[in-house]
Amino acid sequence: MDLIVNGIIQAFSLIASLDPEVVEVTLLSLKISGAATLASTCIGVSAGTAVAFLRFPGKRFVISMVNTGMGLPPVVVGLFVTLLIWRSGPLGMLGLMYTPAAMVLAQIVIAVPIITGVTLAAMQRLPGKLRLQVLALGATRRQLVWLLMKEARLPLLTAVMAGFGGVISEIGASIMVGGNIKGYTRVLTTATVMETGKGNFEVAIALGVILLILAFTVNYLLTAIQQRKPK
Amino acid sequence: MTGPVIEIQDLQVVRNGMPTLSIPGLAFEEGRVYSLIGPNGAGKSTLLLSIMHLLRPDRGVIQYRGKEIPRGTAVYHYRRKMAMVFQEPLLFTESVFDNVASGLKMRGLKRDDIRGAAERAMELLGISSLAKRRAGALSGGEAQRVSIARALAVDPEILLMDEPFSSLDAPSRETLITDLDRIIRERKITTVFATHDRGEAIRLADEIIVMNGGSIVQSGSPNDITLYPASEFVASFMGTETILTGRVSGSRDGVFTVSINGAAIETVGQAEPGSVVTFCIHPDNIVFSSDQQKTSARNSFSGCVVKSVPMGLFQKIYFNCGFTLVAYVTNHSVEEMGIREGMPLTASFKATSVHVIKMNQPALMK
Repeated sequence: MDLIVNGIIQAFSLIASLDPEVVEVTLLSLKISGAATLASTCIGVSAGTAVAFLRFPGKRFVISMVNTGMGLPPVVVGLFVTLLIWRSGPLGMLGLMYTPAAMVLAQIVIAVPIITGVTLAAMQRLPGKLRLQVLALGATRRQLVWLLMKEARLPLLTAVMAGFGGVISEIGASIMVGGNIKGYTRVLTTATVMETGKGNFEVAIALGVILLILAFTVNYLLTAIQQRKPK
Repeated sequence: MTGPVIEIQDLQVVRNGMPTLSIPGLAFEEGRVYSLIGPNGAGKSTLLLSIMHLLRPDRGVIQYRGKEIPRGTAVYHYRRKMAMVFQEPLLFTESVFDNVASGLKMRGLKRDDIRGAAERAMELLGISSLAKRRAGALSGGEAQRVSIARALAVDPEILLMDEPFSSLDAPSRETLITDLDRIIRERKITTVFATHDRGEAIRLADEIIVMNGGSIVQSGSPNDITLYPASEFVASFMGTETILTGRVSGSRDGVFTVSINGAAIETVGQAEPGSVVTFCIHPDNIVFSSDQQKTSARNSFSGCVVKSVPMGLFQKIYFNCGFTLVAYVTNHSVEEMGIREGMPLTASFKATSVHVIKMNQPALMK
C-alpha cells in the first residue's frame, strides 16, 4: 500500500515541479496523438459521410470492413506499418522507421476506422429525407455536407473523442514503429511501460496520472463543445 | 400569354424494373395551385422529387420556363427557383429564425436582407414570437409552420409540398390550410402539393390531378373531378360511393332510362337500349324528403335509411331503395327530419346529377 501512496505523492511532486523529461514526453504524446487525430478526423469524417450517402455495389461489405477496423489490435497495426516502412518494405525509402512520423502513421491507421465507423452511424441516423430537404433549399454539394455534419455534430464529436482515446492510450503500435527512443519517440504510454519494467513506480504512476489528466482534459473540452447549447 | 412554368414530357421513373411514374405530358401554369391526389404509391412524391431534380428520371424531359436543364449544369441554380416542404418538418437543430433563414444563407444574401426576408416569412406564418425558440421545442403544427416559412422565405417561383398537413392534428391542419391558402393566393405562387385528402385538394387547388399506379388518371377543376369523374376509381377516391351499373331500357328526347333491380333511373344523354352503363351520383346531389312530394327531379325512390355515419358537420346516410344510395345530410337536417336507421324516406335526384362513367354499347358486348 505504501508503494502506491508514495508513488502517487511522488507522481504529483514530479508533475508540480514540471520535471523536464515528463514535460517532454507529455508534449510529444500530445503532438503525435493530436496530429494523428486531426488527420484521422479529416479522413474518417469524409469517408464515413461518403459511405453513408453514396450508393455503390459492395456497400455492405465496406461497412463491415469499417466496423471490423474499429477493433483493430494496435500490435497488428504496428506490425503492418513496420512491414510497410521497414528498410526493405514498400515505403522503406522514406526512412520513417523509429520516427514520430511513423507513430503518427500507425495511429492514423488505428483511428481512421473508429472515426469512419462512428461518423457513418451518425450520418445514417439522420432523418432519411433531411438530405433531400437540404438540397431542396438550394444547397451546393459543399453546403450539403457542411449542414449534415452540423446536424450530426454531437455524434461526430463522439467520433473524434473515440479516435483520440484510441490513439493516446495505445502502446503496441507506438513502441513497434517508434522504438521508445528517449527525447525522440518516447511518449506517455511507452515511457510508462518502460518505467514500470524498471521498477520506477513513482515515475510510472506520474506518467499514468498525466495520461489520464490529458485524456480527461481533451475529452472534457470536446464534451463542452458537444453539449454547448446552440444560440 | 406566358407559357407554363414547368412542362413535363414523356416522364418515366423506373424502380426495381417496374415503372413507378409514367407521365406522357403535364404542364403547370404560372400562379395556379395544383393538387396531386391519389393513394399511397400513386407516384405523387416521385413526381414532386422529379420536378425538384432530387430524383433523376429514367426517361423524359422536365422543362423550366421552356428550357431544359442542360446536363452538367449545377442543378442547385434551378432548385433555388423553387422550394419544397416535406411531410415531416425536417428542421435543423437550431433556432426557428436560423431555420427560416437557412435557405437565404445558402444563397449568400447580405445579413440585413436575410434578417428582413426571414422576419417577413415568420410574420406571414404567424411565428414571429417563436423566432428564438429551439426547433426541437416546437409542437408539430408550429414545426410545420416553420418549415413552410423556411420555404417561403426564399420567395420561390414554385412551391412544392409533399403531404404537408398529414402529420398534423385537425385544429393545426385547419388553421395552417387557411393561412397557406391566403399566402399563396396573395403572392400568386405556383404551387403543387401532394395529398391523399380530397378535402384539402378541393379546398386549396385550382386544378386537381388524380394519380394512380404512377399515372395521371384524370385532371381538371375540383368541381369537374368531383362531379364528373372519369372512372370508378376517381369517383370513389373523390368520395362518391353511389356507383351503379344497369342496362339502358329506353331513350327519348336526350334522356335515357337505366334499369337497376326493377327501378328506372333517368339520366341525360344518348344511349342505345340494351347498353350496359356504369354511373355515379355525388352524395351532395341526393335529397331526402319525408313524403313523396312533386318536384322537378326526374328520379324519386321510396326506401328506408340503412345506416347513418357521423362525419363532423354532416352525416353520411346509406339509403336502400332496391339499390343503395349514399348521401350527405347536414346534422341540422338530420335533427329536423328525425332521420334514423330504418326510417322510411323518399330520395330524389335530378337526371343531370347522374354522371355516366362507362357505357358498353350492345354491339361491343360479348
